[in-house]
Amino acid sequence: MSAVLDLAGLDALIAELRFQGYTVVGPVLRDDAITLAELDTADDLPAGWGVETGPGHYRVRRRDDDAVFGHSAGPQSWKTFLHPSHRTLLTADDDGFHSVADTRPRYAFLGVRPCDLAAIGKLCQVLGERAPFVVAAQCTEPGELCFCASMGCGPDARDGYDIALTERIGSDGHRFLATAGTPAGKDVLDWLNAAPASAADEELARSDVDAARLRMGRAMPEPDLRDLLAANRDSAHWERVAERCLTCGNCTMVCPTCFCVTVEDVTDLADGQAERRQRWASCFETDFSYLHGGPVRTSGAARYRQWMSHKLSTWFDQFGTSGCVGCGRCIAWCPAGIDITEEAAALARGAS
Amino acid sequence: MIPDLDTVPLLGALTPTQRAVLAGTGELETHRPGTRLFEEGQPADRARVVLCGCVMVDIPVPGRGSVAVQSIGPGELLGLSWFVPPYRWHFGATVVSPTRAIAWDAARLRELAEEDPALGYRLSLALAEAMLNRLQSTRLRLLDLYRNPR
Amino acid sequence: MIPPAAWLPTRYRVERRTRETADSATLTLRPADEPLAPFRPGQFAMLYAHGVGEVPISVSGIPETGDLVHTIRSVGAVSRALHDSTPGTVLGVRGPFGTAWRLDGVDDLLIVAGGIGLAPLRPAVRHALTHRHRYRRVVLVAGARTPTDFLYRDELRRWDDDSGVEVLLTVDQPGDGWTGRIGFVTEPLAAMPLDPGRTIALLCGPEPMMRACAGVLIGRGVPDHRVQVSLERNMQCGTGRCGHCQLGPLLLCRDGPVVDYPVAAGLLSVKEL
Repeated sequence: MSAVLDLAGLDALIAELRFQGYTVVGPVLRDDAITLAELDTADDLPAGWGVETGPGHYRVRRRDDDAVFGHSAGPQSWKTFLHPSHRTLLTADDDGFHSVADTRPRYAFLGVRPCDLAAIGKLCQVLGERAPFVVAAQCTEPGELCFCASMGCGPDARDGYDIALTERIGSDGHRFLATAGTPAGKDVLDWLNAAPASAADEELARSDVDAARLRMGRAMPEPDLRDLLAANRDSAHWERVAERCLTCGNCTMVCPTCFCVTVEDVTDLADGQAERRQRWASCFETDFSYLHGGPVRTSGAARYRQWMSHKLSTWFDQFGTSGCVGCGRCIAWCPAGIDITEEAAALARGAS
Repeated sequence: MIPDLDTVPLLGALTPTQRAVLAGTGELETHRPGTRLFEEGQPADRARVVLCGCVMVDIPVPGRGSVAVQSIGPGELLGLSWFVPPYRWHFGATVVSPTRAIAWDAARLRELAEEDPALGYRLSLALAEAMLNRLQSTRLRLLDLYRNPR
Repeated sequence: MIPPAAWLPTRYRVERRTRETADSATLTLRPADEPLAPFRPGQFAMLYAHGVGEVPISVSGIPETGDLVHTIRSVGAVSRALHDSTPGTVLGVRGPFGTAWRLDGVDDLLIVAGGIGLAPLRPAVRHALTHRHRYRRVVLVAGARTPTDFLYRDELRRWDDDSGVEVLLTVDQPGDGWTGRIGFVTEPLAAMPLDPGRTIALLCGPEPMMRACAGVLIGRGVPDHRVQVSLERNMQCGTGRCGHCQLGPLLLCRDGPVVDYPVAAGLLSVKEL
């Protein structure tokens, strides 16, 4: 059962979530990028803004309509809110060890693309956390770098959403088909008292999303990626990537599922109280694999291999799924323009 | 009475018949601790496999005396210089615990290897394997793996 | 949710400190709060020195009293702080973490230790001696840099005197008056009597040592799935969440440190994995 919302309805949705005590976070235009920030009303959404992406390239551009979800993955992912970049884990003093209260608000994420929805699921599984309230935005306009379809993560929203929206600007005006995915989502939609969707509305949304599936900017190659990476640990290809890779770690920062952290213990010299903190880490850092006097993975080739193999292959061994959702951020934010789909294709060609 | 050479892994490359031939030409020796078996430079005229006990192989270093560099224990070959010209010992050897060994006259053993090329080949294989293992172990010791990495 | 026991340390007090070698000491820790769950041989704890940091240290003794025994080598800032701790010092402990040595279903138990690798194996030797009737042979082969670098010298001597266990010690470099074996730990493994089909081998020490020993034993006919090794990588959280301890598909804090050799061999042979 679905409903149809207009812009006022979208505004009411945000208001209802705020009324229920959620801090609503969604896309906003800020500093020449579409980033994620707290939303007060639907006016905060980047209406009429789209993006132009390519390897090592990201620009916002003015659209010729007022779509609010007409842009693909920006430099931030929802990981920023689920897995803060800096966090104090515990404190220690003469009385013992004390956990630190989690003061993060209850989040409602609004405008979560299917790729990011899948990423939220994977990240929450690794962290052992419950996902927040999610209002997904199905994709009808994939970006140049998107490959969620070949990763099995889109363009339709799958598991994990409370409400899924499909935006459409047509003869009826600016509308959102809203479908509930959970009882909590249904409750919110019921409160909004929106007009029920007709069969035609639902069919239009479905066909928009189906059409998007055929217009992906990129695709992963056919062979099973898990086996492909596992079979190519000794491939000469890694040296070829290393010639281009700066090991800057941008990919790990923007990737919505990269979760590695470094744990640090610090002490306050004045009062002897100690803290344990964690901060985002990257497997590209030279000391990430430090052991007995030096890193295990010293060369750039080894570090790139680690990142790509973990993401596409050993994530299966560790967590039962792929770690990649096909959002394309790593391609946009790589200063050398390295494209993970091309690297996978190169390995597949070498293998055959 | 020479014990069964089939239980010496070192001679695994030889056929049972060949091992029997070796057993037939060897002599059982018993040595007390402190016995100096040979000195560096002396003719390497005896091949030995230790059955039990321990023989220490050493090199003289000025200021440090005779430095022990390798122990030869049960199942291990004492010396290889008897097989390779100029047939002179490169190290000295001292018995450090009550030792029993099988010994062969080196010249006789080399003669046997010439007369019976099949035996000679297999014996060479066994010695090559012993040398390879010794070389690899020595390289691993050189790595000083147990040192503190700090 | 990660259970608090996994990420919040428990206080343990240093009850006793025994110097082992010039750079290692054994600490006996007694719980100051609720004790942790029982450890099994091969598992590790994350030991925290106040304000300095936390490192993974295998348990080297599991007394029935519920105390924890760890042997620590002073290498970096944290291990030095732990190594230097005197009785009365309060440390933080998290655990038990990781996989344990598989000690059952075998006739001949062969334990091979290189250097400080004897520490994670000591509980396995003690377990075997406590259940000696379950085994036909129990053999310990231990290598060290020099004679004074052996851990647990008194206990080694007692084991040597005990007819229930065969002890073969060997050093890389001799010391004054040493009349024992000189040679790498692979050498007695190559020459000793062995019934390969009825042996399991537990190996612990530097990676090249474990690979070389596994090579010798498998070359002599010990099936590779009966060889276990203890692997190490950078460990920070101990709970599979920080990503540092990855070795290919394995998260060593969870899938190790004890790993079966068929799995380990493929991973250890890849450079910089």
